[in-house]
Amino acid sequence: MDSFVIAGKSYSSRLLVGTGKYKDFTQTRAAIEASGAEIVTVAIRRTNIGQNANEPNLLDSVPPSKYTLLPNTAGCYTVDDAVRTLRLARELLDGHKLVKLEVLGDPRTLFPNMVETLKAAEILVKEGFDVMVYTSDDPIAAKQLEEIGCVAVMPLASLIGSGMGILNPWNLQIIIDNAKVPVLVDAGVGTASDATIALELGCDGVLMNTAIAAAKNPVLMASAMRKAVEAGREAYLAGRMVKKIYTASPSSPVEGVIATSTQQH
Amino acid sequence: MIQLTINGEVKQLHQSINIEQFIDQNNLQGKRIAIERNGEIVPRSQYAEQYLTDGDQLEVVVAVGGG
Repeated sequence: MDSFVIAGKSYSSRLLVGTGKYKDFTQTRAAIEASGAEIVTVAIRRTNIGQNANEPNLLDSVPPSKYTLLPNTAGCYTVDDAVRTLRLARELLDGHKLVKLEVLGDPRTLFPNMVETLKAAEILVKEGFDVMVYTSDDPIAAKQLEEIGCVAVMPLASLIGSGMGILNPWNLQIIIDNAKVPVLVDAGVGTASDATIALELGCDGVLMNTAIAAAKNPVLMASAMRKAVEAGREAYLAGRMVKKIYTASPSSPVEGVIATSTQQH
Repeated sequence: MIQLTINGEVKQLHQSINIEQFIDQNNLQGKRIAIERNGEIVPRSQYAEQYLTDGDQLEVVVAVGGG
């Protein structure tokens, strides 16, 4: 079976999904089920003290017994905030080690601050975390994160939440060719074809949230993304035909055409 | 009287309580939360042992939707 391995654990779905921006937890759960995802990201936030006696909890809809939860550091702009957030996540999830690190550098573009990301990754790896890391599509930074010991590198395809698709397939290709750990596109996917392209390039997987949650019908889009990721992976494994620039080649036999014309092409 | 900062808000307590009592008083019992005290994680096993003291900074977090 075609599966991929992150931090020693094998997964059959190459689609990882977030849990943000849904209408309610019912829709969150339905979309995740339709996506077929096994790894699901969550954020860590302050709780409302003393006001939440009956507030529903995300983890009741996305139980850790069913999914591999991937706590993130979304919204963190410093090494310290990111590291503290993931230590809290580990305590919250009973010693869970797999995490998604992102250290942002700019609130408008949500581009990662790679200097801080590298520092945070080093600390977290030393503390025993299995770090999947959000990175710019810079092949050198991606390689450095791998060398630090991150278990997966996750370059952006375009800005977080933008749905602009894969803007620099050339850089992604270099990152994939250089990497010895799984490479996942994280951020920027807008529709099914974007996910397919990522897998066709040779990405091991795709992580997305807004492309599903902000679709008019999130559950249907989740299903589309599942198929898109599968299609892209199969196309990658099948090996695409060689492109023949400006060279047509008929698919049907050239001989035996009933035309009476003697034209030669 | 002791003064604490909990999730960025200043609160006052008449007497020192342990973290287990703090959880009960704030209807957080049985919830999936994690607590950081002055920058250090408080393991669940220490909730009864650790008493809040004047000037403590607490962060109390949950998992929420995110990508």
